[in-house]
Amino acid sequence: MSTRTTSGTGSSAADGDAGGDSGAYDARFRVWRGDVDGGGLKDFTVQVNDGEVVLDIIHRLQATQAPDLAVRWNCKAGKCGSCSAEINGRPRLLCMTRMSVFGRDEVITVTPLRAFPVVRDLVTDVGFNYTKAREVPAFVPPAELAPGEYRMMQEDVDRSQEFRKCIECFLCQDTCHVVRDHEENKTAFAGPRFLMRVAELDMHPLDAAAATGLDRKATAQEEHGLGYCNITKCCTEVCPEGIHITDNALIPLKERAVDRKYDPLVWLGNKIRRRPTT
Amino acid sequence: MATGTEPHLKKGTSPGGVRHHTRAAISAAHLRTDRWWLQPAATAAGLFAFVVYSTWRAFANADYYAAPYVSPFYSPCVAENCEPMKNGPNWEIFGSWWGLSPALLILIFPLGFRLTCYYYRKAYYRGFWASPPACAVAEPHAKYTGETRFPLILQNIHRYFFYAAVPVAGILTYDTVLSFRNEDYEWGHAGLGTLVFVVNISLIWAYTLSCHSCRHIVGGKLKHFSKHPVRYRMWRWVGWLNGRHMLLAWASLISVALADFYVYLIASGAFDDPRFF
Repeated sequence: MSTRTTSGTGSSAADGDAGGDSGAYDARFRVWRGDVDGGGLKDFTVQVNDGEVVLDIIHRLQATQAPDLAVRWNCKAGKCGSCSAEINGRPRLLCMTRMSVFGRDEVITVTPLRAFPVVRDLVTDVGFNYTKAREVPAFVPPAELAPGEYRMMQEDVDRSQEFRKCIECFLCQDTCHVVRDHEENKTAFAGPRFLMRVAELDMHPLDAAAATGLDRKATAQEEHGLGYCNITKCCTEVCPEGIHITDNALIPLKERAVDRKYDPLVWLGNKIRRRPTT
Repeated sequence: MATGTEPHLKKGTSPGGVRHHTRAAISAAHLRTDRWWLQPAATAAGLFAFVVYSTWRAFANADYYAAPYVSPFYSPCVAENCEPMKNGPNWEIFGSWWGLSPALLILIFPLGFRLTCYYYRKAYYRGFWASPPACAVAEPHAKYTGETRFPLILQNIHRYFFYAAVPVAGILTYDTVLSFRNEDYEWGHAGLGTLVFVVNISLIWAYTLSCHSCRHIVGGKLKHFSKHPVRYRMWRWVGWLNGRHMLLAWASLISVALADFYVYLIASGAFDDPRFF
């Protein structure tokens, strides 16, 4: 899927015509302008109409006052995950943040994601996430089944399917203090999105990673930095898809790591019964 | 794993977090305009109040038994210096050499259970340690290793405390059954204290069973729910409770303190237990 990064032209919602809407008003915006060499918050006063979202206002700014303002966007429907930014200091999607949630007197501050290197204006380099994605070994197909022969019970895939709702907006990665506040942890910590990916695969009923010697529970702890997570739930709070990242992915993954290393009853049970994990 | 994600660190400079040199140049630690501090402040105040109260009561070693009620802080009573409680949880495992409050011997288990609980971890990491104080609010620490090393790696022993919390809840259930007696130990009676105990033990069980470790043990660890329909159903029940874990954590924390305080009021003579029948 391509993602648009616009500077000024071509935005369908960008014209300044309020269309005679009686609900129109002028809002005060502070938008971060600049690049890796420096920048700052610039003040704008811009028209807002009923029913608009913050991305509409950013587009209107491009059309009327700041034609070179860079912003990444695509679907305007909360499904592509492109327009992630920070609005009044909170990681959010520009296209899913209604202007009606703000007071008309409120100054609305829009900045790029603050956990990643800035490219220009509201656009950041999220390449860190793609690198981390490549570090998670893919689904391992079961040897005895050919493509098309996969059969799964719904209750067995429910958990993984919740995680598949992820639109990869990386708001969870942005808000996670492990990397947001500590650049040095980016090497060791995959972040909530990719630990959730490990959980998704470890819970998948047909993933045959264990048969190939790949222990996803072990890699979560030893290679993807699961121990860095202190389950403060910010990833869950900012997820626009409402995925229960902490309760359904990260904590279960931590519990699976406990099974492997710290639980004497599990160890004893496995010794006595001599059987692999069900 | 480390392939191409080496941090952008300049030699000799501080890592800097949100003020890192590659990120948008914003000097403020955060730009939140809401009252983000309210939740961690309220959490810290609530937990601090409980710690003060429970410390006082645990060391008091007095006013914890008024027939037929025994304070949940002192149950089971496993030292010889406990007050005698007829048919009550008097098990003198520690004999006479223990001279301190007997509450200290048993409180370590519920304390450990709550201290390592996934909800309370979030609460005190945010409220007391500011790690982070709130979402997208920069934490004040220069370095962070999370739960990867001692002492916080010990949070992984939550499972052990869950195993210990179940029999403790069982004993408190026994105490609640004993509360259906009167002062002369005759069965078939109840007072306001009985109601307090029933509410308390219900919340204690709900909190204990809603634990993430419990959810994992009953079914979460399975790869194929369809092969274990009973455990799958149990996992869903526990999952329903687990969705209310924070609420149950606070409700049971308050109820256990109130149950203890109720016994204190009766035992110290400040209040007479109203009897229903």
